[in-house]
Parts: sequence; structure tokens; C-alpha cells
Amino acid sequence: MAEYAKPLPRQEEPELTQPFWDAAKRHELLMPRCSFCNKFFWYPRAACPDCLRESWEWTPVSGRARLHTFTLVYQAAHPAFQDDVPYAFAVVQLEEGPRMMSNVVDCDVANVKVDMPLMVKFDDVTDDWTLVKFRPA
Amino acid sequence: MSLRGKAAIVGFYETPSRKEFPDRSTNSLLAEVARGAIRDAGLRKEDIDGLINAEGTNSLTLAEVLGIRPRYNTSVTSHGASGATSIVVAAQAVSAGLANYVLCIFGGSQPRSSSRLRAVSQAERPSGPASRATEWEVPYGPVIAMNGWYGLIKQRHMFEYGTTMEQFAKCAADERFNGAANPNGIWYEQPVTVQDVLDSRFTNDPIHLLEGVMPVSGAHAVIVTTAERARALPNPPAYILGMGGPATNHDVIWQEDDITVTPVTMSAPNALQMAEMNIRDVQFAQFYDCYTVLVMACLEDAGIVPKGEIGPFYESTDTTFKGEFPINTDGGQIGAGQTAGLGGGFRHVVEATRQVMGRAENRQVEKSDVCLVNG
Repeated sequence: MAEYAKPLPRQEEPELTQPFWDAAKRHELLMPRCSFCNKFFWYPRAACPDCLRESWEWTPVSGRARLHTFTLVYQAAHPAFQDDVPYAFAVVQLEEGPRMMSNVVDCDVANVKVDMPLMVKFDDVTDDWTLVKFRPA
Repeated sequence: MSLRGKAAIVGFYETPSRKEFPDRSTNSLLAEVARGAIRDAGLRKEDIDGLINAEGTNSLTLAEVLGIRPRYNTSVTSHGASGATSIVVAAQAVSAGLANYVLCIFGGSQPRSSSRLRAVSQAERPSGPASRATEWEVPYGPVIAMNGWYGLIKQRHMFEYGTTMEQFAKCAADERFNGAANPNGIWYEQPVTVQDVLDSRFTNDPIHLLEGVMPVSGAHAVIVTTAERARALPNPPAYILGMGGPATNHDVIWQEDDITVTPVTMSAPNALQMAEMNIRDVQFAQFYDCYTVLVMACLEDAGIVPKGEIGPFYESTDTTFKGEFPINTDGGQIGAGQTAGLGGGFRHVVEATRQVMGRAENRQVEKSDVCLVNG
């Protein structure tokens, strides 16, 4: 695999978020879900942002989503992305509710539209890291 | 106890906004505006017993640099809203008797284009503290500065409400018209048209370069005191009639429940209620404007127009200082520059004061009694 020059995820609390990345490597999408109020939330944090209980579990989700909003990048903050411009930097809303930052891939940027249906696409960018991206459904 | 009219701004001063002040430090600029604001208020430095500044510099350190012995000091931590928030804090402090004359001071001297270089170096830096951003945002390629986040809001606003590129561009062109009349602004005598904005390049579609701000060096300061003390001073006081906030829903934009809705939905009604006013009583507005979409969304959330109707409002309304509803009469950040050290938002406080005191000279608005300021 050619050397990957873009920034890889750097974890503030690896013990908290590693299950997400391990699952991504297996091409499975997990989300935190509160065992008390049953709500999914994103991003992972110590306590459920609704009820502040710490009883949440990593729960598999469908990978189905809609494009909440996006912007087509011409001037990236990190130079390693410059070869890819324009690309879609996106907020994706999962069928189960949570919204996450990602990219829309496998799609001409002219065809990227708000509210379009999406499906998760796992991108094995290095031997150790798989990023969670989305393609048109 | 309501703080309605209990405090007032009694003096102000600002430096010109420049791309850089090569031979002057941040402390040099801050000393100039401190001296200028104190003199403008008709006070002596020994009178100043309160100091409020931006996060990033400890207010005790700044007190030492300026030779002020404050009874009350704090630094505010509300990002771009820190400047307006400083007035809320100062009004509380003087009303509670914790200080008599509070100096609110923001600004900085930085090398030309340093903000872009800093953003790039932060993105490239392999070490440094990990954060929510380094795990969940950076791997997907954010845009320079804050352009990406506001691109996400603008895209959604266009989708939900049909707001057009031309309507956003009109906001930038009106602010640049105002900025062209502001000798302290970075774009003095350099107006642009709607077409110029539309023709400027995308940093990221749908954000045009001219819908954002030029980072500038400079500084701004005001003095806040009680209404009673204000009446004994030379300037006509700019009374603080109502305040709301600081208010926030989330620290990052993509965590908002509704990405086009701002915390102004909380802060504006609070401020108007304290002022015992209706939004229709507001004669002009100084609103935080890092990007066109933000000033526009905030004006909707303040109730100037119903949600989603700010595009047609700009299309049909002259918002220049000559117009029927003036907005950001000094040019705002888009038309005059985003001052370093969180001074960008504070320029709205200074300009509101200048207009209310009737001292805006060539850009004085016709009705200048009631201004709504959003940090």
C-alpha cells in the first residue's frame, strides 16, 4: 500500500473509542447507545448526553444514512488533501439518528446533493486504520 | 433585579485595522487603545478599577502590563462572542459595585497571513494534544480557517429555505460598502459589488472568498460604568438596556440539532425582554459576521424576519448606513477586518457605541437610538 500522507485519527481517549475503530476494521459500524434512554448519540463520551448515565453500549447500526449537509473543498487545511479537490466534506445523518462528519465518495461531486440517501463505505486507508465514509445508496 | 439601563459605555477608542503592524507588539496596540478610551471617557488611568480582556492573555498579566490595579478582573471565554460578552460581564460588575470603571479591551498584533499559516501548521503537526477534532474531523479533510463549517450551514440554509448565492453576496456587498466609508477599516475606499462576490473563488463551495473575513491586526477598547457615574462624564452615555447570553447550544457546529439555527434564538429574546422592547423597536444592528451566512442566520433568529426569510430581506433592503435598516455600519468583520485577539466581534460594540453617541461622522445612521448588538 502506498504511504498514506493524510492525517490518521488521533484519539483523545483511546480506551473509550477503540471499539469503534476495531469494528470499522472489520467493516462494521457501531454507535454508542444509552442502555437507559435507548437513544443513540455521537460522538462517544463518558456519559449519555441526554441522561448523564454512563451505562451505554456499542451497538451495531444499519449503515444507511442521508446527507444532512456538505461542502465541496477547494482549499484544504492539510496539504495532503489538495490532490483530491474538490471533494465532499460532509455531515451524514444515520438512519438511527446520530450525525457524524465524513466524506461522500464514489460519486461525481456535481451529483452530491443534500438529503441524498447514502450507505456506509469502509475505506481501509492503512493496515491499521479504516475510515468510515459514505457512498450513494 | 433587572439590569435595564443600570450601566453605560462612556468612552471608546480603536486603532486602524491593518494586515500587520510590523514594528508594534500586541501590548503596544493595547496600551494605545487603553489610553485612548480612558481619555475619551474623560477619566484618568487611576480611575480604572476593572479590567476585562480575551481568553489567551491572563487579565492579571495585562493589568500589570498596563499598570492598572483592578478590583475586578476576568477574561472571557466565549470564542468570537467574547467581545460582546465582556459588556455583559462589565455591566454586572459595575451594577454590583465590584468596580466603578471597567476597561474592556481586545486586539492583537500578528504577522500578515499568520492565521492561515497557523491553521496549516496545526493540521500538519503530527503530535500535539489529541482532541475530538483530531479523531472525528481531521481525517476527513477540513477546510482552511472556519470556512468548512460555515459552508455546511450555508448549504443547508440554501436547501431548507431556497436562499440564493446572490442574496448571500448582497450581504457581503452591503458590508463592503460600509467598510469603504470607514477610514479605520482594512477595505477603506474599496467597495465590491454582488457580482464581485459571486466571481471570487470558492475556498469551498458554497463559500466565496469575499464572504469571509480578512484577519487583521489592531485593537479596540471601551469603558463601562454605572448610569449614575456616566451622567457626570463628557460623552453622551450609551446605555445598556438589555442583555442575553452568552448563550450556546454546542461547541461545534455539526453537533447542533438544527444546523441553521443559532443561539440568538435564546439571547435576543432575553435581551429584548430586559430592555422592555420589541424587535421592531431596534433601529440598526451590529451583528457578528465571520461569514455572510452567520450574520444572516443570526438576524433571522433575533426575529428581524421569520426563519428562512433573510435572503429576500437582503435582496429588497438597503442595509448600508444610508439604508432603511443599517447593519454593521463600520463594515463589520467582512467589510473592515477580523481583529486579532478576539477583537473582531468587539468592533461591533465599538461601532454601536459610536453610532449611539452620534459620533460616526460620514457614516452616521439617521436613527441611532436603539441598536441590537450580537457578539
